[in-house]
Amino acid sequence: MSTHVSLEPPRTGNPGRSQRYRSRKGPGKVTRGNFELYSWLFMRASGVLLVFLVLGHLFIMMVTDGGVEKIGFAFVAGRWASPWWQFWDLMQLWLAMIHGTNGMRTVINDYADKDRTRAILKGLLYTAAVLTVALGTLVIFTFDPSIKG
Amino acid sequence: MASGAQGAKGTLYRGREGMWSWVAQRVTGVLLFFFLFAHVLDTALVRVSPHTYNQVIGTYKNPVVNLLEVGLVGAVMFHAFNGLRIIAVDFWSKGPKYQRQLLWVVVGLWAVLMLGFLEPMMQHTFHEWFGW
Ligand code: HEM
Repeated sequence: MSTHVSLEPPRTGNPGRSQRYRSRKGPGKVTRGNFELYSWLFMRASGVLLVFLVLGHLFIMMVTDGGVEKIGFAFVAGRWASPWWQFWDLMQLWLAMIHGTNGMRTVINDYADKDRTRAILKGLLYTAAVLTVALGTLVIFTFDPSIKG
Repeated sequence: MASGAQGAKGTLYRGREGMWSWVAQRVTGVLLFFFLFAHVLDTALVRVSPHTYNQVIGTYKNPVVNLLEVGLVGAVMFHAFNGLRIIAVDFWSKGPKYQRQLLWVVVGLWAVLMLGFLEPMMQHTFHEWFGW
C-alpha cells in the first residue's frame, strides 16, 4: 500500500477569486464565500425536482399511449399546444442543464490538473451550456405546428 | 496490506459499494450531460420541418440505436435513484447507517422499472428480431 499522503487542497472553488471574500473572523483569514455550499445544496434540490420531471418525461414518452412508436412531429405539436407541457419541458431543460453543468464543473476540477487546461475545459463547458439552454428555450417558445415540409 | 487502517475486510470505503456507487453516479452523470446536449439539438429539428424531425427521430427505431436508448434509460434511472440515496445519506439521520441497504433498494427499484419499460421501448426491435 502506498504511504504517500497528499496535502493538496480540493480544487473546487476558485482560489484566485476567493481571495476577495475576507472572513469576518479577523484580518488575514480568507474564506471561499458560500458558493460551494449553495452549489452542493442546488445539486440536491434540483435532483429531487428532476426525479419527477425526468422520470415523468420518460414514462410519457416511452410507456403511455402505445410506447415509443407514437413519437413524431404530430405528437410534439400536440404536447406543446398546452402551456403546462411547455412549462414542464422548460423547467426540465433549465434544471437539468444547470445541474449537469455544475456536475461537469466538479468532474473537471477533479481531473484537470493544469490551471490552463481547467480554464479551457470550463470555458467550453459554459459556452455549450449557454448555447444549449438558449436554443432549447427558443424552440419551446417559437414552436410552429403549421410549419411547412 | 499490513497497514493498520485495514482490517481483513479492507478499508471502509475503497473498493466497496460506497465507492462503486460514486463511480457509477459520476459516469452516468457525464453520459446524461452529453446526451442532453444531443437531445436538445435533435428536438430543435422541429423548427426545421416535420419531415426532417421525423426522419431523424426514425433512426431511434434502428435496433442497435434502440439498445443504446435502453442503456441510456437505465443510466438515467440509476442516476436518479442513487441521487435520492445520496440525498437520504446527507439529510436523513439514519441515512449513513443504512447507505448499503439503500443501495440495494436503488438496484431493486431500477430492475423493476427497467422490466416495465422494456416492452413499450423495444416493441419495434422485438418485432424485427423475433416477429413478436
Ligand atoms: C433524475 C434526477 C436526478 C437526480 C436525483 C440527480 C442527483 C444527483 C446528485 C445527488 C448528485 C451528486 C452531487 C454531489 O455529489 O454533490 C449528482 C451529480 C451529478 N449529476 Fe445528477 N441527478 C439527476 C439528474 C441528472 C441529469 C439529467 C444530469 C445530466 C444533465 C445529471 C448530471 C450530473 C452530473 C454530471 C453529476 C456530477 C457527478 C460527480 O460529481 O461525480 N444529473 N446528481
